[in-house]
Amino acid sequence: MVGLVIVSHSQKIAEGAKELASQMAADVPIAAAGGTRDGRIGTDIDKILACINEVYSEDGVLVIYDLGSAYMNAEMALEFLDDNKKEKVHITDSAIIEGTVLAAIQCSMKKSILEIKEELEEVKIQKT
Amino acid sequence: MSVRGLRVIEIINKIADDIEKNKMYLTELDAAIGDGDHGLNMSKGFLAVKEKLKDDDGNNIGDILKKTGMALVSNVGGASGPLYGTAFMKAAMVVNGKKEIEIEDFKQVLEAALEGIKIRGKAKLNEKTIIDALEPAVEALKNALDNGSNAEEALKKAVNAAETGVEHTKDIIATKGRASYLGERSIGHQDPGAASCLLILKTIYNEISC
Repeated sequence: MVGLVIVSHSQKIAEGAKELASQMAADVPIAAAGGTRDGRIGTDIDKILACINEVYSEDGVLVIYDLGSAYMNAEMALEFLDDNKKEKVHITDSAIIEGTVLAAIQCSMKKSILEIKEELEEVKIQKT
Repeated sequence: MSVRGLRVIEIINKIADDIEKNKMYLTELDAAIGDGDHGLNMSKGFLAVKEKLKDDDGNNIGDILKKTGMALVSNVGGASGPLYGTAFMKAAMVVNGKKEIEIEDFKQVLEAALEGIKIRGKAKLNEKTIIDALEPAVEALKNALDNGSNAEEALKKAVNAAETGVEHTKDIIATKGRASYLGERSIGHQDPGAASCLLILKTIYNEISC
């Protein structure tokens, strides 16, 4: 099953999105990478990496983020992954809440990461 | 003019001190058009840099810059983390293995840093970002060196160009980063990233010219 990582500047947003999505897809591995490790607003590459590793499986991981710099840190986190893992982790620019809920449902239906990304086109927004 | 590894560490520590001194200033700039954390974020990042370089023997300047970049990436929290982090890590690659560097090396360091920031931020000139300070600085440094200026003169020209660039960011509508949500309201304010970039270049110039 594809896993999800929610990257937000706010820990509460990341946790909240996870909570909301888990209500509809309880069995999906979702990890919330919100805020910095010292509790500030921001994004944290080490947290993102840990979350990717936490939900990682051969089926892949989808990373959903909120604002610009979250993308940059997610992108950098990917660069630190081993090559074989890297190609299975995708970042998607969908609206964070809608995207997380929709993706979680698709994950629970055991869809492939590419199928899920296609579904997410529906809630895509211009982010960078 | 050649600069040895331990001196590079001293200069980076000086940058950290100057960032610390200007923490409130940068944060105020950012509060006007962004999320108001640039000063604090940069200060956190450079404190971590100081800590990481504490025991470095200075034998590999590439390693020094890489450690600096890694510390920034891991500790800043805002967009400046991945941007400055990438800049230092890209710069590290062009001086890897060197015990000392010349102004020509520094030119390549700045070029690589600029390239790194452009790729990471998917940004270009005139979008009200760090690039509006750094790109004119790189161009001015290159021109000065091509025309026979010495290191100090060339660095002075780079700082002047960055200063003009920072001023120019006041006239630009932000299209990248958090400030882009403000659209026209971002006009009249200078970009905090461009301002911190100028600060870093100024410190380097002051250290080299003293």
